[in-house]
Amino acid sequence: MSETIERQDEIREPVLAAKNVVRRFGGLVAVNDVSFEVRPGEILGLIGPNGAGKTTMFDLLAGSILPSSGEIFLNGTLVSGEAAHRRIGRGLGRTFQIPRPLPNLTLIENVMLAAQGQAGEKLLANFLMPRRVAAEERIGEKKALELLELVALTHLAHEPARVLSGGQRKLLELARVMMADPAIILLDEPAAGVNATLLEVIIDRIRDINARGITFLLIEHNIDMVTRLCHHVLVMASGQLLCEGTADEVARDPRVIEAYLGGAV
Amino acid sequence: MDLLGYGAFFLTTALIFSLVTLGLNLQWGLTGLFNVGLAGFVAIGAYTSALLTTPDDAARLGGFGLPILVGWFGAMLVGGIAAAITGIATLRLRSDYLAITTFGVAVVVQLVALNAQKLTGGPFGIGFIPRPFGSLAETPLLFNLSNLAVVSAVTLIAYLALEHLSRSPWGRVLKALREDERAAISLGKSARFYRVQAFAVGGAIMALAGALQAHFTGFIAPDNYLPILTFQVWVMLIVGGSGSNLGAVVGSILVWAIWAGSGALTSVLFAPEQQARAASLQIVAIGVMLCVILLVRPNGLFGDKPLRARFGKRAKAAAGEST
Ligand SMILES: Nc1ncnc2c1ncn2[C@@H]1O[C@H](COP(=O)(O)OP(=O)(O)OP(=O)(O)O)[C@@H](O)[C@H]1O
Ligand SMILES: [Mg+2]
Repeated sequence: MSETIERQDEIREPVLAAKNVVRRFGGLVAVNDVSFEVRPGEILGLIGPNGAGKTTMFDLLAGSILPSSGEIFLNGTLVSGEAAHRRIGRGLGRTFQIPRPLPNLTLIENVMLAAQGQAGEKLLANFLMPRRVAAEERIGEKKALELLELVALTHLAHEPARVLSGGQRKLLELARVMMADPAIILLDEPAAGVNATLLEVIIDRIRDINARGITFLLIEHNIDMVTRLCHHVLVMASGQLLCEGTADEVARDPRVIEAYLGGAV
Repeated sequence: MDLLGYGAFFLTTALIFSLVTLGLNLQWGLTGLFNVGLAGFVAIGAYTSALLTTPDDAARLGGFGLPILVGWFGAMLVGGIAAAITGIATLRLRSDYLAITTFGVAVVVQLVALNAQKLTGGPFGIGFIPRPFGSLAETPLLFNLSNLAVVSAVTLIAYLALEHLSRSPWGRVLKALREDERAAISLGKSARFYRVQAFAVGGAIMALAGALQAHFTGFIAPDNYLPILTFQVWVMLIVGGSGSNLGAVVGSILVWAIWAGSGALTSVLFAPEQQARAASLQIVAIGVMLCVILLVRPNGLFGDKPLRARFGKRAKAAAGEST
């Protein structure tokens, strides 16, 4: 699996790296000895048939679950044992395949929540330095509105998130994770359930954000989107990395075709 | 004249209940922490302050004869620590276990109050708890009004502080945890840290309410802190509207009015030998009120969020999926 394929920025340290990561659920090995690196500034695709272990891989990278064995490095730091809420502080943001909006908070609250290092999140700061908290809130609100604008949800900014449609929830997830200013964003099927026009918007946004230097790891079943966005693509099947290459290369690879047609190998 | 005195007495009690309900609203309404043992935290506050402020008593440990304010701060501190320990002990468990643990705390506190005679005076309780305006006791009206003034001031401060916190980024994190813990964690919020904070602050407020009540009546005993207290406060929060601080205050006054009113009514309508049994009609009255409110306004008087969204994970998911 270590055939050298030309990729962006071979020299710089990977933003995110998995080394021999294994995750078992009882008898099932959902992720089986997977290793890869995400280079700074790239949009890396992760594709594979249903149940291949892609979302499980995300959960491992983000710390929602811990690996049975193997290691995960964020900017060169070993983080495999670190709690999920700390990893976003290290610059790793993620969205969920099934969106998780906070249903009774407004959209703007949903987004503002995601800002990191807010003084007002400390209990006493709200009484000891109310001005600083208020000032941060104003800045946060402005930024949150801009992000909602980016995903075309401004008109719903003050509605509770429970009113959103399935596709809109995906968009809210995107705006929310952006609020944290991550260095790398893991997107789990951002296009699922989003209509074609909005899909173009999302693709444009990801490109814009990427142009600002933010790295992406993207799970997506929409091959068109993967082809257009991803510099490099990993293919997973039955918990293992099957192959990697450009989108066109993997699309032609007979092993990939077989994995998709034959279901689980 | 007499009515005014009674009115002041009634409002004082109702506002002390409001304080407990405000604490519960922080724990449950904002953060989704299920506390069915709040009577225990109220008792901890009452006994702590009583121990700290009563004059030295040969029959039991203490009292230390400290100023009343020291007693109140001590009550908040001990109540807050007890709640924090309860929270930390259940951190690693599923949230349902917090409910069971809080119930256990209330039972333990009750048993200690009843049996640790050297500390708590046992079933006879603690008397001679100094009253803030004890010198005014000769003129009951003035005494009741000054008590009301103190309790109103404390409740107002607690209310304003909690309102400020509910709208703050801190409160936003608590609400996020209530709604979807995993999402909040993925956004960098430590669920455990905030849960313990909310539980401790809520516990401290409940303990303060217990202390106020103790100094207001001057006497406490274990049967002031039976599960019925927990039940009353929960009804107050649900009637007022879980999640709303204003609802917590208004709900408390309303429910206490019905409780006291139905109590007065039964004492007029029933012969003395039937009083004890008639007292259960109070619970019936409260139950009926609860049903009416839940039918007419399912979110309570001031609640803004759909109640069912907070009952269990499955209901949460369902609330998320519908629409
Ligand atoms: N918590 C869990 N307990 C048991 N099995 C699990 C758990 N989570 C995932 N699995 C199993 O792990 C395998 C991989 O699931 P995963 O969600 O990672 O697939 P995926 O590649 O994201 O698929 P899809 O494209 O359909 O989203 C599946 O067989 C799934 O049933
Ligand atoms: Mg998946």
